[in-house]
Amino acid sequence: MDNLLIDYLPLVVFIALAMVIGGALLVAPFVVAHSNPDSEKVSTYECGFNAFDDSRMRFDIRFYLVAILFIIFDLEVAFLFPWAVVFGELGWFGFWSMMIFLAVLTVGFIYEWNKGALEWD
Amino acid sequence: MPVETTASGIPIYAVPALGPALPEIIMAVGVLALVLYGALRGERSTGVVTAAAIALMAFTLGFVLTMPAETQITFADAFITDGFARFMKALVLIGAIVALAMSREHFRRAGIDRYEYPLLILLAAIGMMVMISANDLIALYLGLELQSLAAYVIASFHRDNARSTEAGLKYFVLGALASGMLLYGSSLVYGFTGSVSFPEIAAVLTEGANPGVIFGLVFIAAGLAFKVSAVPFHMWTPDVYQGAPTPVTAFFASAPKVAAMALAVRVFMGAFLTIVDQWQQIIVFIAVASMFLGAFAAIGQRDIKRLMAYSSIANIGFALLGLAAGTQQGVEAVLVYMAIYMVMTLGVFACILAMRRGGVELETIDDLAGTARTHPGFAFAMAMLMLSLAGIPPLAGFIGKYYAFWAAVEAGLVVFAVLGVIASVVGAYYYLRIAKIIYFDEPVGAYEPMPGFLRGVMAVSAVFTVGFWLVPAPLVAAAGVAARSLF
Repeated sequence: MDNLLIDYLPLVVFIALAMVIGGALLVAPFVVAHSNPDSEKVSTYECGFNAFDDSRMRFDIRFYLVAILFIIFDLEVAFLFPWAVVFGELGWFGFWSMMIFLAVLTVGFIYEWNKGALEWD
Repeated sequence: MPVETTASGIPIYAVPALGPALPEIIMAVGVLALVLYGALRGERSTGVVTAAAIALMAFTLGFVLTMPAETQITFADAFITDGFARFMKALVLIGAIVALAMSREHFRRAGIDRYEYPLLILLAAIGMMVMISANDLIALYLGLELQSLAAYVIASFHRDNARSTEAGLKYFVLGALASGMLLYGSSLVYGFTGSVSFPEIAAVLTEGANPGVIFGLVFIAAGLAFKVSAVPFHMWTPDVYQGAPTPVTAFFASAPKVAAMALAVRVFMGAFLTIVDQWQQIIVFIAVASMFLGAFAAIGQRDIKRLMAYSSIANIGFALLGLAAGTQQGVEAVLVYMAIYMVMTLGVFACILAMRRGGVELETIDDLAGTARTHPGFAFAMAMLMLSLAGIPPLAGFIGKYYAFWAAVEAGLVVFAVLGVIASVVGAYYYLRIAKIIYFDEPVGAYEPMPGFLRGVMAVSAVFTVGFWLVPAPLVAAAGVAARSLF
């Protein structure tokens, strides 16, 4: 049992560090920051929308587009991390499987770039 | 299969045999090349991409037909090719080729001839081929989603049209729900049998099924019933068929239906064959319900695309009756039925696409009035296809129904075969009404000249329908070989 708890010690240290740094960053602005509020600065930040408003509102379709494109590459990274961790042991089959996956994604990326999906004019 | 493991316990997988999946690989590489070409050339490339997509599918079709008929399994048992897969893939590719070739003229006139359409058809075709070759629950889901995601997009391909976007959205929301149910069922089946592979599930189930597996089976059946648009999961069909651009509807009514039926056969005859008593009642219910709803709901329809939607629901009911038999004969009936149904549907949609007057698409059955006098060839073909869908002997549709009822009777489902005949008689009313409108009503005016390709599809389909009883042997023999490969 003690061994099990000791295994979690790094986690405790990590949580403690996180709390200290988080707390410090929360408190520090009150002490040292230059304060010059205006209405935009003090309003709640909510991704370009008013935080308290009717939820049935129109918004730009490009938000949706960016979200979709983000998810694709987010998932790509989710696949890449475990692959990278064991990369040395996977051999050529593992290597080329990922290369083919990335090639397919790249084709999609070239398509969306040429379609102008990445421009926000 | 894991051969050995690395120092940290990761199994090392050998490179799987790619040969059995070569048609899908050819299609996938081709579609990626075409995406790049389209992206770099822009909208001017529509003609080239369409032609290349048709050529690619035709090449793959030739390749599929020359593949050996014996069963091959690859990708860690996830992927299977056999006589059944060959037959179904050939059907799906023919359906996709014809539907794509019929679309060009129509899209150009509607001003929506973009190069993405052939690409999405290609992606859907790859998805359908994976569905047909699925040998485990994961491959099933991957294929189904690849096909469905492409289908959702092309349903709303006419994106400035409110109906079309509504069709796409409805299809997407309901399709996502169905996929969710399918996944839930799959996870239950996996949990209670310990495997996702169809043969292994079948092996576990030889000792009978526990309630957990049956629960999962019901959810999988619900998901598949949505994809084939069987009652009670048919609600989306009329709206999507009506809202989607007509060439897209022609596509939906042909290839994806065939692929979804193939998938249903794979699941029920592959994974769950040993507990046929458990699923037979489900399939019988949705088959009978589909036949009757399709027959009765179409009676009040004036819109020909909605009418074809109800017609497809009824036809899927008849095909499912063959599946409900749970025998080799039943599978053969499903194959014959789907092949005939696909040819008839493509013919009917070629006729519907030709219904244009003054640059406007006509969509009600009254617009067919008196075409026997203005367009005798068109009228004859349409009337024959309608009579065939009604199941009037000796047309092809009758022979398809005959096989399905025969398989059901042989399996002891006599009552349901009789119910099927009754539903068929009820359904004959609205098909015969169209024949009556064509031949006995006063003509309204002539249509625009019919594009050559549509004329060809219509003619081939009509000749097939009328002449099938003379030479049924090639198709029936091929279906027999395909059905045998499953057992």
